[in-house]
Amino acid sequence: MKTLINIKDLHASINGKEILKGLNLEVKPGEIHAVMGPNGAGKSTLASVLAGREEYEITEGTVDFDGKDLLELSTEDRAREGLFLAFQYPVEIPGVSNVNFLRTALNEIREYNGQEQISAKDFMALVREKSTLVELDSKLASRSVNEGFSGGEKKRNEIFQMAMLQPKLAILDETDSGLDIDALRIVANGVNKLKTPENGAIVITHYQRLLDYIVPDFVHVLYDGKIVKSGSKELALELEEKGYDWIKEELEKAH
Amino acid sequence: MSQTLMNTKLDQFRSKLTPSKVKIDQTLLDQADAYLNGREFPTRRDEFWKYTRLTKISNLEVNVNASIIQSVPEEAIINPNAQKIVFENGVYRKDLSDDIHQVSGIEFKEKGNSNFKFQEDVFYALNYKYSTDAITIDIESKTILKDPIHLIMISTGQGSVSMPRIAINAAKFSESEFIVSTHDVNSQNCLSNVVIEADVHENAKLTINKIQNEKSSNFSVFNERVDQALNSCFTINTLTLNGSWIRNNVRINVKGQNAETHLMGAYVTNENQHLDNHTLIDHLAPNCQSNELYKGVLDGKSTGVFNGKVFVRKDAQKINAFQSNGNVLLSDDATINSKPELEIYADDVKCSHGSTTGQLDEDAVYYLRTRGLSEKSARHLLVAAFIGDVLEKIEDEHVVKYAENALSKRYGWSF
Repeated sequence: MKTLINIKDLHASINGKEILKGLNLEVKPGEIHAVMGPNGAGKSTLASVLAGREEYEITEGTVDFDGKDLLELSTEDRAREGLFLAFQYPVEIPGVSNVNFLRTALNEIREYNGQEQISAKDFMALVREKSTLVELDSKLASRSVNEGFSGGEKKRNEIFQMAMLQPKLAILDETDSGLDIDALRIVANGVNKLKTPENGAIVITHYQRLLDYIVPDFVHVLYDGKIVKSGSKELALELEEKGYDWIKEELEKAH
Repeated sequence: MSQTLMNTKLDQFRSKLTPSKVKIDQTLLDQADAYLNGREFPTRRDEFWKYTRLTKISNLEVNVNASIIQSVPEEAIINPNAQKIVFENGVYRKDLSDDIHQVSGIEFKEKGNSNFKFQEDVFYALNYKYSTDAITIDIESKTILKDPIHLIMISTGQGSVSMPRIAINAAKFSESEFIVSTHDVNSQNCLSNVVIEADVHENAKLTINKIQNEKSSNFSVFNERVDQALNSCFTINTLTLNGSWIRNNVRINVKGQNAETHLMGAYVTNENQHLDNHTLIDHLAPNCQSNELYKGVLDGKSTGVFNGKVFVRKDAQKINAFQSNGNVLLSDDATINSKPELEIYADDVKCSHGSTTGQLDEDAVYYLRTRGLSEKSARHLLVAAFIGDVLEKIEDEHVVKYAENALSKRYGWSF
C-alpha cells in the first residue's frame, strides 16, 4: 500500500542546536496519527520543518511526500502538492481578507496542478459550503485574516482554510491549545468531516483531550527529537494517566 | 546690486524663466520680487528642506515648448463624469477642456486671479512671478456638485516649466470635489511648480483628490494652501503612484470653530524616486478635529520624507488632532525620513501622533506561502493591504479604482 508521507531518520537544527534527532514516521492514506510529547520534545519543530520553515536546517534524513522529495520543495510547492499546516498560533494579517487570499491560493494551487481557475460563482459556493462545515460565521470568512479573532475563531479559521484547500495531508499543530470544550468539539468535528480514505492527518498535541474527539489510528510519543514509542489510541490514555515522566523513566531503564 | 543678483543660483535659474503675462496684483508681484532678489535656493541646512536637495532643479535646462497634445490622453481620465480642465505645461488648454461655464453653480475665471496672500517661500514666490497661467473656480453658495472638477496637468517636451496657479473658492454650504492629477507625454526634465489656494467657507465641504502619476524624469512641487472657516470640512488625499522627484507642501489654516480636516496620503516608490511630503495643520480656533494618515511603501533606492506638523494655538481649546505615518521598506537601499511634529500651546486638547517604519511581516509571508501562494503573490497581497488601508477611506470610487489599476499595472498587485 502506498504511503502519503514517509519520514526517515530526520535530523533538523535551528541556530546550530539539534532539535530533531533521527525521527521516523510513516502515514498511509486514510490514517490519522497523533504525535504527543512533553514540551521541548520537538513537536512544533516537526510541523515547521514539514511545512518548510526556512529557519530550520535539515542535516540528515529524507521525507517522501506522495512520491516527491518534500525537502526539495519550497513552502508554497509543498502546499500545492497537498500539504497543509494548521498553525498553533495563526498569524493576524490586517487588510488581507480571508476569501481574497484563499481565492489567490486556490488558483495558484490549481495552476500548479494544471487545472483551470475557479470561477467566482463556484468559489463563493465553496466558501459557503466549507464555512458551514466548520461552523465559521460567513462574516468571519470575508474579514481580514484572523484580525481581532478570538482564539477559538482563529483555530476554526485554520480548519476552514484546510476545508477550502482540501489537502492530502493535514498537520494540526496543537490545534487544541487555548480552546474551550465547545470550540474543541467544533474544530474536531470539522477535521472528522474532512477525513476521506485518500487523505491523512498528523495531529500534534500535548494533551489526550483532543483525541477523544479526533480518534487516531496510531499514537506516537515524541521525546528528545525522536519517536520513542508508538501504539494504538490506548497509548494516549496511558500517557494521560501516567504522565510523560513514565516515558522518561522507561527510556532511562533501557539505557 | 545687479552684480550680486546674478551670483546666486536662484538668480541664474530665474534668468532662464519668462516673467508672467498673467494678470497679478502689483503688491504681490513686488513682494515676490523683494523675496526672491539676491536669495539663494534653500539648502539642506534649512530645516524645511533637510532631506530634499534642489541642485537638480537649479541646474535644469529650461525650454519654452509649443503645445503638442491633440487630445486628453486616455490615462488622464480618472472619473468619466468629471468636468475636465486641462493644462499643458501649466497653460490652460481651453480647446481640450470641458465648457465649465455651462455647469450651474460654478463661476470660472480665466487669465488671472486675485485675493492671494503672499507666502514667504521660494516656490510660491516663483509661481507668483513666473506663473504660466492662473484660473479661479468659485463654487457658489449652497451648490452641491454632483460630479467632480478634474484639473489635468500634463507635462510635455524637454525642460518645460509649468507654474499654474489655481484658486478655489468654496462658498457657504457648498459641497464639491476636485481631482488634480499629473501626467506626462514625451517629456523629460520638466518642472511643475503648482500653487493651489482654497478658501473653504462656513459650512462648506471641499475634497481634493490628488493623483501624481508622471513616469519620466520630471520634477514636481505642489503647494496647497487652504483656509477653513466655521463648520467647514476639508479633505485632501495625496496619492503618489509614480514620479521621479516630488515635493508636496500642504498647509491648512483652520480658522473657524467646529471645522473638520482630513489628510490622507498613499505613496509607492521604487528605483531612484524621491518623494517629500510636508504637511502643516494650524489649529487657530477651538473645537476642531483633524485626522492625518499617510502610508507608504518604498522599494529600490527610493527615498521618502514625511514631515507632518500640527500646531495647536493658545486659544484653540478642545482640539482633537490625530496623525499617523506608516512605512514599509521593501529593500535595504530604500530610505524614509519620518518626522511627526506636534506643537501645542492650548491646555485642553487631545492630540496624538505616531510613526512606524518596518519591513513586511515575514511571519505573514510564510503563513500565506503555507497556503500555496508564491512568495511574490504573498508580498504583493501584504503591500496592497498596507496601502489599501488609505485607499479604502477615499470616497470617490473612480479615484480608488484608478490608483489600484495604476499600481497593479506597475507592480502586479491585486487589491
